[in-house]
Amino acid sequence: MLNRRALMASGMVLPLTSAIPAAWAATPKDTVVFASQIDDLITFDPGECYEISAQIIVSDIYDRLVRYEAEDMTKLVGGVALSWEVSPDAKTYTFKLRPNQKFESGATVTADDMVFSLQRVVILDKTPAFLFTQLGWNKDNVKSLITAPDASTLKFTITENFAPSLVLNLMATVAASVVEKKVAMANEVNGDLGNTWLKTHSATSGPYRLISWKASELVSLEANPGYHLGAPHMKRVIVRHVPEPGTQRLMLEKGDIDIALSLLPDQLVPLAKDKDIKIESFPYSGTWYMPMNLSDERLKNPKVRLAMKYLVDYQGMVNTFLKGRFLVQQAFLPIGIFGAIPYNPYKLDVAKAKALLAEAGYPNGFELRLDVASISPQIDMAQSVQQTMGLAGIKVNIVSADAKQVIGIYRGRKHQMVLISWTPDYLDPHSNADTFAHNDDDSDGAKSHPLAWRNHWFIPDITAKMKAAAQEVDTAKRKAEYEVLQKQVTDDGPFIIMFQPANQVASRVNVHGYKPGIIEDLYFYRTITKT
Amino acid sequence: MSTTAAEVSAPNEWVRRIAGPIRGVINVLFSVALTFLGLTCVTFFIGRIIPIDPVLAIVGDKASRATYDRVANEIGVNLPLPVQYWRYLNKVLHADFGVSLITAHPVLEDMTRVFPATMELALLALFVGTVFGIPLGVVAATHRGRWQDQIIRFGSLLGYSMPVFWLGLVGLLLFYAKLGWVEGPGRLDVTYDDIVPTVTGLITVDSLIAGETDVFWNALSHLVLPASILGYLSLAYVARMTRSFMLGQLRQEYVLATLAKGLSPFRVVWVHALGNVWVQLVTVIALTFGSLLEGAVLTETVFAWPGLGLYMKNSLFNADLNAVLGGTMVIGVVYIFLNMLSDVIYPLVDPRARSRR
Repeated sequence: MLNRRALMASGMVLPLTSAIPAAWAATPKDTVVFASQIDDLITFDPGECYEISAQIIVSDIYDRLVRYEAEDMTKLVGGVALSWEVSPDAKTYTFKLRPNQKFESGATVTADDMVFSLQRVVILDKTPAFLFTQLGWNKDNVKSLITAPDASTLKFTITENFAPSLVLNLMATVAASVVEKKVAMANEVNGDLGNTWLKTHSATSGPYRLISWKASELVSLEANPGYHLGAPHMKRVIVRHVPEPGTQRLMLEKGDIDIALSLLPDQLVPLAKDKDIKIESFPYSGTWYMPMNLSDERLKNPKVRLAMKYLVDYQGMVNTFLKGRFLVQQAFLPIGIFGAIPYNPYKLDVAKAKALLAEAGYPNGFELRLDVASISPQIDMAQSVQQTMGLAGIKVNIVSADAKQVIGIYRGRKHQMVLISWTPDYLDPHSNADTFAHNDDDSDGAKSHPLAWRNHWFIPDITAKMKAAAQEVDTAKRKAEYEVLQKQVTDDGPFIIMFQPANQVASRVNVHGYKPGIIEDLYFYRTITKT
Repeated sequence: MSTTAAEVSAPNEWVRRIAGPIRGVINVLFSVALTFLGLTCVTFFIGRIIPIDPVLAIVGDKASRATYDRVANEIGVNLPLPVQYWRYLNKVLHADFGVSLITAHPVLEDMTRVFPATMELALLALFVGTVFGIPLGVVAATHRGRWQDQIIRFGSLLGYSMPVFWLGLVGLLLFYAKLGWVEGPGRLDVTYDDIVPTVTGLITVDSLIAGETDVFWNALSHLVLPASILGYLSLAYVARMTRSFMLGQLRQEYVLATLAKGLSPFRVVWVHALGNVWVQLVTVIALTFGSLLEGAVLTETVFAWPGLGLYMKNSLFNADLNAVLGGTMVIGVVYIFLNMLSDVIYPLVDPRARSRR
């Protein structure tokens, strides 16, 4: 009797599973379900959010002053605004608002709401504030510089010199979203302009409204029928937090989710053979690069830096383990951004690198520390770099850690070399130029800490050129200036710029029209349909 | 006039009678307070030593220097550690555990959401672990060295050493993706979300209260696989411990004596010998439950289970000290509670403990 029991029990590793019938799993027709890693979400307030997941979701919630739309992601069109005019001195901007736009509360969108929304970004002084403060706006002057002459007109003045194309691109960011003033102020606590409330609620006129956010679990959105481009096809959008990519794959195969956003290459390859799944690739605006800290005597030597740029197997990586996900782009502007040039002067050339190292006085190479986040593909790239640099005697010691830790080391200028990526904040060349080509104060107490500063690359001349490009009113001239800047940074800079990534998205075959743009605030849920 | 002896001794007697329990309560309170102080202290300092910048976790890599400095001041990371710790303690004493940096909700509110999720998982896992683990342990002990013992020992060694991460994925692949016996990751299908009002936070219980049987079956179907996998791990531990306790008992002379007196071997093993190891088993089960609560991080990751483990891991990696400390306190409370519960249970299973009282 005992023996029989023992046998039965030991055979039942998963003792309860067989007891329960499972229902057929498929998502509802009018709902699209994403699986993603959204544990970086901390707020849905467009005046505060800056995390990748938040930018994506908030850009689908709120409408902005002007924006690039899914139908043509290269053309700036009106959002909240219908039309605009720039004064001849490029200082005063006047926007006519689109009539009859409704907030989720039913109230009409007025110029007063838009004024409030722009002002609060500056007054709150959260992470996105710098987008607007660079225009010369601050807490004291913003109330007089941004005004509403009437209910359908918004007028603002900038005090710094900036190219109109740049200013308008800033007005196309998530920070330029319109929130309903009345609702925000009704929920104000301690003068926070509704910030605390808007972290977890929406007051929007855009395509979707926020129904619920359960941190590290799910975000649920509902279509806003009053959206000026028409109600989105999908009545509900649900983004589930599924941290493990392997789990995402199983859920996609099973049909419990429609789109998986965090799959790794070894999951995508077998999925490509599944007739119920399709995999699409969308260009993305990241820049993957290795910064070198010039406080290190060896790296300060331009010949050493040049040698190292010849010690990376760019094309080899792209042809093998990065296939389909990255392309070689050695300029600091990713292809797709205004002014970007395909500029790739470097390839693996060990002989040339050895000669340069010998000239620099390091014929036998040296040891170097490389900090990298302990995740794929960063760590795979680091191993490739370690191998090719070793061919010229540079012994790379890979130190891998949590991504946040690596950023901490880099920001604190405590690195020798790092492998890391950067994404622009908005669709304008100034965003990347302002960080890769900006350092006119190398002191620890400097007002800003751009990437050039982080590497002790002190470049007052280049910084001046970068600032001039940001102010250039003539668009053709502006484009030419960025071309010069890109070449200069790639040739002389402390950055081994390597790749531009693509977004690979796996979805069920009956789901169409999901459009991730080249930056986070250009992802569109409203175009999704299901058959 | 002198007072009588009876008049004097009455209040004394009363004081003596009440002094014992009062001292007991004070002792308990004191040890609880001390435990918490130690817990907060260790967690706080570990949290501040880990090389992650909490300010960066809030403002992100791209924040301007001014924004960074303002936030650093707001959350007080520039103050000396003891001052920061003192400020924190002060708030906790006023029942303010602060706001989580990464969820933007008060930590206490987060706890009421994530703790029941883990609790639901742990309770079912514990059920699986004990209901199957104890009999298996007994069988292994009574068949020591024979094939039954070998199989059970091998099975529990496997459970003990298998990476739960891998086991979870394989379980999902087999029972969810291929066979379709159970629902997948998460606590509910998205279509069932937000139907049942939260009462206890345990969805299975709440759905029964609300009379939503559909939701109940869906929740149970989501729960079964992760709970079985966690249950298998605790089963492995419980079975191994039961086996070794039982071996100790079966060597005792009373076993031989009762057998010689003609009692059935079944009764000797399952009533007398097993009866004598209950005290130890209660301790093992309590500890297993504790570790199920805090140790489910990987299971929760694989199953996208929004529980305490995942919450704590996330908070720790973002240097979100309020949340980490809040979670630690909850686990501390549970351990203290389990300890007290074991103390209550001991006399029920061991007459000697009863008579000592």
